[in-house]
Amino acid sequence: MKKKQVVMDADGIERSLTRIAYEILERNKGTDNLIIIGIRKGGVSLAERLREKISTIEKTEIMYGTLDITLYRDDVLTTGKRPEIEKTYIPFPLDHKRVVIVDDVLFTGRTVRAAMDALMDFGRPELIQLAVLIDRGHREFPIRADFIGETLPSSLWENISVNLLDNRDIDEVVIEES
Amino acid sequence: MNLSKKDMLGVMDLPKEEIDLILDTAESFKEISTRTIKKVPTLRGKTVITLFFEASTRTRTSFEIAAKRLGADTINISASTSSVVKGESLIDTARNLESMNPDIIIIRHSAAGAAHILGSMLKQSIINAGDGAHEHPTQALLDMLTIREKKGTIEGLKIAIVGDIAHSRVARSNIYGLTKMGADVAVCGPAMMMPRDIDQMGVSVYYKMEDAIKDADVVMMLRMQLERQEKNLFPSLREYANLFSLNRDNIRLAKDDVIVMHPGPVNRGVEITPEIADGPHSVILEQVTNGVAVRMALLYLLSGGIK
Repeated sequence: MKKKQVVMDADGIERSLTRIAYEILERNKGTDNLIIIGIRKGGVSLAERLREKISTIEKTEIMYGTLDITLYRDDVLTTGKRPEIEKTYIPFPLDHKRVVIVDDVLFTGRTVRAAMDALMDFGRPELIQLAVLIDRGHREFPIRADFIGETLPSSLWENISVNLLDNRDIDEVVIEES
Repeated sequence: MNLSKKDMLGVMDLPKEEIDLILDTAESFKEISTRTIKKVPTLRGKTVITLFFEASTRTRTSFEIAAKRLGADTINISASTSSVVKGESLIDTARNLESMNPDIIIIRHSAAGAAHILGSMLKQSIINAGDGAHEHPTQALLDMLTIREKKGTIEGLKIAIVGDIAHSRVARSNIYGLTKMGADVAVCGPAMMMPRDIDQMGVSVYYKMEDAIKDADVVMMLRMQLERQEKNLFPSLREYANLFSLNRDNIRLAKDDVIVMHPGPVNRGVEITPEIADGPHSVILEQVTNGVAVRMALLYLLSGGIK
């Protein structure tokens, strides 16, 4: 029997993202050379919302991209099924840019490792920062996030899913036993 | 989703869902070739051998580039520089290559079924890069990718394939693929160049160019295989060109936004006039670009075994 618990509702997600947007601006002293890149699939809509917020706060458009890290995964050929490849969209060189990569949940750190390797193929960024909505612990690599919505200590037998929908009123983060 | 077979031997046995999977994957791979650093580490440590018993520039280079951009190591063997000239049989060559533990072998051979033989004999994944007049699956897949990209879909399109249908593996693979994807396929060529089993292929057959390309969304011209001219399949090249070349007059019969395709190498002035081959309707060079992406997709999908 699956037990499901909502740990963050739509308002909570919205407030976390607003805070992270301000933190990103504070840490980077504005939007100069700033690029927000969402990691497929979970990070894309979060990155999109962060971009909206930052653009509204600073009244300027900022650069934005999406990244599919599948081809850089360390288990890409060893999982049973070939993972589906989706489009990467980074139409500008990352040289000297301040890159904020965005994902929904930070877990083992393997996705972030892959994302950093992928980004290096697009140039030499000045720095890379990591923004996540949920940090659930259980790191397997020496990786930490720069901007965190909420830290949620979880057991390995639990699933955490961030459900973002077109109708933002019913967004939620749920934790369930698997 | 995975491909269901370890080898890519032809389009005939390829289910529609797997064609979709390959094309979707290829579309995502296109971006890699536009980067400054055109390489991902996915197939790092894998070895890909191309074994070509027939001449090729496009296909062999395309496979090699595809493999390299995925991080694999590639070795190219062409018959003229291999032990084949010393009389080694295909099977012996293949067994010896297998002993060096490659992961994927890509083969082109003048005999239909050559890739199938390797596929059933070796544990490695085999990709057919053309076997006689039988199949050339990656060409059909890159053609389908190009059509889908330009037209949004393949289903319901009117597609004319013109030329020496009987001797063309490109035509055969495309007929299998395009009919499976729901296109309305017309083939056209001299009667001597129609395969005997054309009636079973689900296409309409025309012997007059004008009838075949009327209202077509896509016109696919085949290379006139000049090396077969000695068999007297047609009286002269000039006569063939008069009857079956795509030119600025007959192209008007097709739809206004028709795309013109050709698998290359082009015999300018034989099956297609230079002004059409280089004209605004031509997508010939985009086909080549898409070829790399389709082959990357296949190498990716065939690697790491099937389940």
